[in-house]
Amino acid sequence: MPPFQALLDEHAADVMAVLRGAVGRADAEDCFQETFLAALRAYPMLSDDGNLRGWLLTIAYRKAIDHHRANGRRPTPIAEPDEMAGVTTEPEPDDGIWALVGALPPKQRAAVALRYACDLPHAEIAAALGCSPDAARRSLHEGIKRLRKELA
Amino acid sequence: MKASLEHLTERAAAEGLLDVAYATADSPFGSLLLATTPKGLVKVGLPDYDSEETLEDLAARVSPRVLEAPARLDDARRQLDLYFEGRLHEFDLPLDWQLSRGFRRRALRAIDRIPYGRTRNYTEIARSAGNERAVRAAGTACGSNPIPIVVPCHRVLRSSGGLGGYGGGLPMKEALLELERAEIH
Repeated sequence: MPPFQALLDEHAADVMAVLRGAVGRADAEDCFQETFLAALRAYPMLSDDGNLRGWLLTIAYRKAIDHHRANGRRPTPIAEPDEMAGVTTEPEPDDGIWALVGALPPKQRAAVALRYACDLPHAEIAAALGCSPDAARRSLHEGIKRLRKELA
Repeated sequence: MKASLEHLTERAAAEGLLDVAYATADSPFGSLLLATTPKGLVKVGLPDYDSEETLEDLAARVSPRVLEAPARLDDARRQLDLYFEGRLHEFDLPLDWQLSRGFRRRALRAIDRIPYGRTRNYTEIARSAGNERAVRAAGTACGSNPIPIVVPCHRVLRSSGGLGGYGGGLPMKEALLELERAEIH
C-alpha cells in the first residue's frame, strides 16, 4: 500500500471538487474530513490497491449521501444565499467541470454529482435526496441540460 | 485546501490514526527526512536517499497510515538545528527502535551511548552488543541504522583508526566528527 499521503497528494483536490458538487461548498469541508478519516481508518485493511481513486470517491459519495439524509427530508431551499450572491460560481482552478456542477441549484447539483461522480442509479439518488425516482430523474435531466448550455 | 489538510492531520492524530508523521528538515548536508510514530522518532533519512522510497518502506514496515505532519516533528527539527550549530550535545528525543531487531538493535543501543565527541570501533560495539566476534555484523548494524545522526553511528570507526563507512557519505561522517571535536576542545 502506498503511504496515505500519496493518496492525499493525488486525489484530495478531486474529492473536494466532487463533494462541492454533491453537497455545496459550505458543507463540502465536513464531508471531506469524514471521507478521509473513514479512508484512513480502513486503509491498512484494504487488500487491493488497484483503484484507490475509485475507492476514495465511493467513500465520498457515501458521505455525501449521509449528509443529504441527515439534512433529510426537510425541503431543499430553492437556492442557497451564497449562490444567489454568486459566491459558489467562483471557479477554482482545480475544480474543472465540478465548479460548474457546484453552481447548479442544490437538487440538480446533488443529482448530477451522485449520478456521475458516485455512479449511483436513479433509485438510490432518489433515496439520498428524499424524493421520488421521477423527481430525481428530472433534477438530473435539468442539471445536465444546464451544464450543456454552460459548456456550449 | 491547505487548511483542510492540516485539519485532517490534526483529527487523524486525535483519533489515533496517524501512525507515521513525517517532515523534512534542512541541514548543512542537504534535506533530511524525519519520521515519527506515537512512540518516538523512527527514521532519519539522510540527504543521499530517495524520500519517496523511504516513505514507501515506512508504509510497508510500520504502517501505511503515513501523513506529512511537520508540527509533530518540531522538537526533533529544533534539536537537530542546535546540534548542527554545535549547541546541543545530547539529543533528548523519544526513539522508536522498531525498525531494527536482535543483534542490530543491541548494537545500535550501544552506539546510542557513545558520548558526544568520542568514538568507538566496530569491535567495541560488537562486544557491547554481546558478541565480540561479530565485528562485521556490528558494521552492518551501523550501515542499517534507521536513525542516523541522533543515534550517532558516525562515532564508530575502524580499529585501525580508519573512517569505515557512512550512509550519508564519508565527507559527511568526517564533518560530523569535526564538528564534535571542535566543540569539546
